[in-house]
Amino acid sequence: MLSIKDLSVSINGKTILDGFNLEIKAGEVHAIMGPNGTGKSTLASVIAGREMFDVDRGEITYRGQNLFDMAPEIRAREGIFLGFQYPVEIPGVSMASFMRTAINEKRKHLGLDPMSGAEFLKLMEEKKKLVEIHSKLTNRSVNEGFSGGEKKKNEIFQMALLEPRLAILDETDSGLDIDALKVVANGVNKLRSPENATIIITHYQRLLDFIIPDYVHVLFDGRIVKSGDKSLALELESKGYEWVKKEANMAAAH
Amino acid sequence: MEDKSNDILDEVTGSEYKYGFYTDVEMEQAPKGLTEDTIRFISAKKNEPEFMLDIRLKAFRHWQTLKEPRWAHVKYQPIDYQDIIYYSAPLKKPKLESLNEVDPELLETFEKLGIPLQEQKMLAGVAVDAVMDSVSVATTFRSTLAEKGVIFCSFSEAVREYPELIKKYMGTVVPYTDNFFAALNTAVFSDGSFVFIPKGVRCPLELSTYFRINAANTGQFERTLIVAEEGSYVSYMEGCTAPIRDENQLHAAIVEIIAHKDSEVKYATVQNWWPGDKNGKGGVYNFVTKRGICEGENSKISWTQVETGSAITWKYPSLILRGDNSTGEFYSVAVTNNHQQADTGTKMIHLGKNTRSTIISKGISAGFSNNSYRGLVKTTRRAENARNFSQCDSLLLGDKCGAHTFPYIEVGNKSSIVEHEATTSKISEDQLFYCLQRGIDMESAIGLIVNGYAKEVLSKLPMEFAVEAQKLLSISLEGSVG
Repeated sequence: MLSIKDLSVSINGKTILDGFNLEIKAGEVHAIMGPNGTGKSTLASVIAGREMFDVDRGEITYRGQNLFDMAPEIRAREGIFLGFQYPVEIPGVSMASFMRTAINEKRKHLGLDPMSGAEFLKLMEEKKKLVEIHSKLTNRSVNEGFSGGEKKKNEIFQMALLEPRLAILDETDSGLDIDALKVVANGVNKLRSPENATIIITHYQRLLDFIIPDYVHVLFDGRIVKSGDKSLALELESKGYEWVKKEANMAAAH
Repeated sequence: MEDKSNDILDEVTGSEYKYGFYTDVEMEQAPKGLTEDTIRFISAKKNEPEFMLDIRLKAFRHWQTLKEPRWAHVKYQPIDYQDIIYYSAPLKKPKLESLNEVDPELLETFEKLGIPLQEQKMLAGVAVDAVMDSVSVATTFRSTLAEKGVIFCSFSEAVREYPELIKKYMGTVVPYTDNFFAALNTAVFSDGSFVFIPKGVRCPLELSTYFRINAANTGQFERTLIVAEEGSYVSYMEGCTAPIRDENQLHAAIVEIIAHKDSEVKYATVQNWWPGDKNGKGGVYNFVTKRGICEGENSKISWTQVETGSAITWKYPSLILRGDNSTGEFYSVAVTNNHQQADTGTKMIHLGKNTRSTIISKGISAGFSNNSYRGLVKTTRRAENARNFSQCDSLLLGDKCGAHTFPYIEVGNKSSIVEHEATTSKISEDQLFYCLQRGIDMESAIGLIVNGYAKEVLSKLPMEFAVEAQKLLSISLEGSVG
């Protein structure tokens, strides 16, 4: 589904990702972990198409297409979803209105008729239950006045509505209490299918107690320095990132 | 409806002025230029009584002594007032029993404009007095209104049919001595609407008038007069579109509203005249004097305007709060794009005790445009406990446009409370990227964000007008990013 080869990315001349490689197949859940400032969020932004980064080297193919040939909104309509670390507020624009626009843009792109108001309301009710969202939330303006937890839930709600092929959740667990964390994880698990894939970017392993990943990767100095399964996350938890850093530095020294 | 803006955004395509077509209806017009003869010609054409010709001539003689004002924050080439045609009317002017008798070409124009003049409109419960150029062509729902004693007709008809009301009220809020353009309008006004709501009557319909400039080189000078007698209520809407034209079109309207004791008048307008092309060529010059007076106790007038058109806009719908406990409101969204210039705002003059006013102004600037808010809040010595709240927000798209605020506050009474809040913001990269990431393209994203920003004002518009206004906001800002 997604193939990243030898990707190097910089911002204002400072290299952030440096020779990054990753292969993701349909049906897989990948967790990307690592200390702060190692390029986790940059990876998410580059896949989503944020223009503030310079891609210096490498390629990304998404379902056989060169991702860099696709505008950000086309990537979204083709099924790439980014759950933002800091969801932005859009005053005066209701969630319902926002999401109906998004869904209909996607449908238009796929050659489908726009969804009627009634159909959309039905879909929204259905997905609200999935993420245990209060009915009022969708009448409010996009993220305006939402608590941290509500914002994150709202990201999963949007994901549920858009049914992406590739979902990237950028630190979705940060700032969540254990109940909210469970709700978010539950939503993600329900949306898992053999057709779609998920990248979970996280600092802590606790989210991975609820969403069991197929692969865990450790990102350090702009590239993956260690990969494994769920047990790697637990190992990280007990030994800390220092352990991986040491290993990485030793490998670099040789 | 929650989803109005989506439907609207779907329809947004192409970036040329959408209503730029021209209808070829036979015209009868005055020769170019302005002399006493022109005024006599206009007055004769309209079969006006003597008193009206006198008013016109007085205004004209006064106008000749005046100089065009230049204090507004706008720039334009001097206007040659002798190079303008001051009167133009469609030739066929039948007394219409049904719409079948209307010139089919004209009906087609209305269709293109998306004015559901026929069945839809009736079902929607809106009476339409459609003004094409200078003469009213179609009127519906007269009888429903007549039952309640409501008068809703063209201004010329009112001059002939209700001369006593015209004599009593015309020029009492905006006298011809008020300003240069008011004098000009009074001298040459072509037509407009007259609304009279009798004592204690709640007008059963939303009154709606569509104005349209449609003849080359013809200045359009409408005149609207709304009178609400004691304890009455009316909601009046006015909307405009104009065809593409190379030369500038002068437009100088007057609107006067008089609200007597315990009455309420809601006036809403969506203005979408041709703003000129992307390089600032052409477009309508819009110099308007709109003023209302809350004459009686507990009366209320509200102005709601959505301004997206015109090359130059010079417009300050104002209110004089004379009656004790009277209320004035001004809600405005003004969009400027490309080379448009707008200098708009309001004046709230508090004369009575316990008078209250609210001003919500939302300016949106894009392209190379300049958008100014100019407002005056004044409380006089007698205005005990007067209160005003003003909020003036500016939203900038891009870095080549300008937003300016000129608030004037004159407080003449110690008990006054006058509050002024102002913000200036830009659409953030983060907001745009958030929309893009959800599959919403740049133009639609801007449409969404701008409509969200203007929501407070749009929500004050009558329902069907709000839909049109949202469309206009999106269309007006097409091509403003990229």
